[in-house]
Amino acid sequence: MTAAALIAILFGMALLLLRAFIGPTLYDRILAVNSFGTKTVLALGLLGFVMDRPEFLDIAITYALINFVSTIAILKFFRYRSFQVPLVRRGQGGNADG
Amino acid sequence: MAEFLADLHGYWEMIRFPLGALLCLGGSILCVIGTVGVLRFPDIYTRLHAASITDTSGAALVLFGMMLLSPGWLVISKLFAICVFIFLTSPTASHALANAAHTAGVQPIIGRVGTSEAEGEDA
Amino acid sequence: MAYFLGLVLALAAFWLGMSGHNTPLILSLGGISLIVTCILAYRLDIIDREGSPYVRLVGFLLYFPWLAKEIVKANISVIRACVKADLDIAPALVKVKTICKSDLAKVTFANSITLTPGTVTVEIEGDKLLVHGLYEQDSQPEAFVEMDQRSARAIDGKGAAA
Repeated sequence: MTAAALIAILFGMALLLLRAFIGPTLYDRILAVNSFGTKTVLALGLLGFVMDRPEFLDIAITYALINFVSTIAILKFFRYRSFQVPLVRRGQGGNADG
Repeated sequence: MAEFLADLHGYWEMIRFPLGALLCLGGSILCVIGTVGVLRFPDIYTRLHAASITDTSGAALVLFGMMLLSPGWLVISKLFAICVFIFLTSPTASHALANAAHTAGVQPIIGRVGTSEAEGEDA
Repeated sequence: MAYFLGLVLALAAFWLGMSGHNTPLILSLGGISLIVTCILAYRLDIIDREGSPYVRLVGFLLYFPWLAKEIVKANISVIRACVKADLDIAPALVKVKTICKSDLAKVTFANSITLTPGTVTVEIEGDKLLVHGLYEQDSQPEAFVEMDQRSARAIDGKGAAA
């Protein structure tokens, strides 16, 4: 039954790729990729249990962290067109607009 | 008393594998439902709501099912760490996406959205 | 100092939970990485209330079951909207005023709103939040009052929610 769950998640990932391809705006594509990452974490964990090697969870943890950082980094890049801009907190000086 | 506890432990060992697999299956079906929502909804903000089904209930059910299936405490602690990460990072990523779309000037669809039949019934 | 201690305890618990080996070599490596992480955190100047928010952990743990209940309730309505044959939603943008004082409490409140499916915090301006809801009738400002009070009480302490 764990294998069935894995197949269901892989099916969902395939459907999400569809959204990533046809998504009209940039943000639809980023949303699809972010959700794809969450599903990848779950699929990696399930794969470990299907193959009786729960050590796969270490990779899943790493992926969960990288997924978040990459989403934020992509959003920051498309907003400022550069990674060099420091993110300044509002109300602490600076002219950050959000 | 000890025998009763041993019995209870035996029953638990018997029941936890089917239960965990069932929870995994339910969570993955919720993930597929969230994906269907992502494909169906009309604009980026409403798609975010559908994606958060995957991030909250789908992920929580699958991870809880894997906790029941797990062979030892080490695996449970790792799964708990994944659960905490997902619950801390997914709303932050959703908010960042919504904020970026709003700042970039993507206008949300406001008001009733429905298929033509539903609108016909309302009118 | 309490923040520093909280950080050390959290990092040690994280290491022990991840590694699972108890040989002296692995434990000493863990101690070294813990010390390096603490030095880096000190030099980044992030050992403060936000960098190590474990003082309010009890309040947050009391808040979480209520939040989980809300998440389950909201999930059911959004799942119904996803699988219904007719697409029947009424998205709305709502302005919500919060009573939370500190940044950490505001973040908790905004994250709670976003974590509940059907509502997403779009923008935070001072003490006003711009919220996008999937159903107009479910996302009126009155619907968030209880969550607001509970998250303020969980993070800011008892006096803040009065």
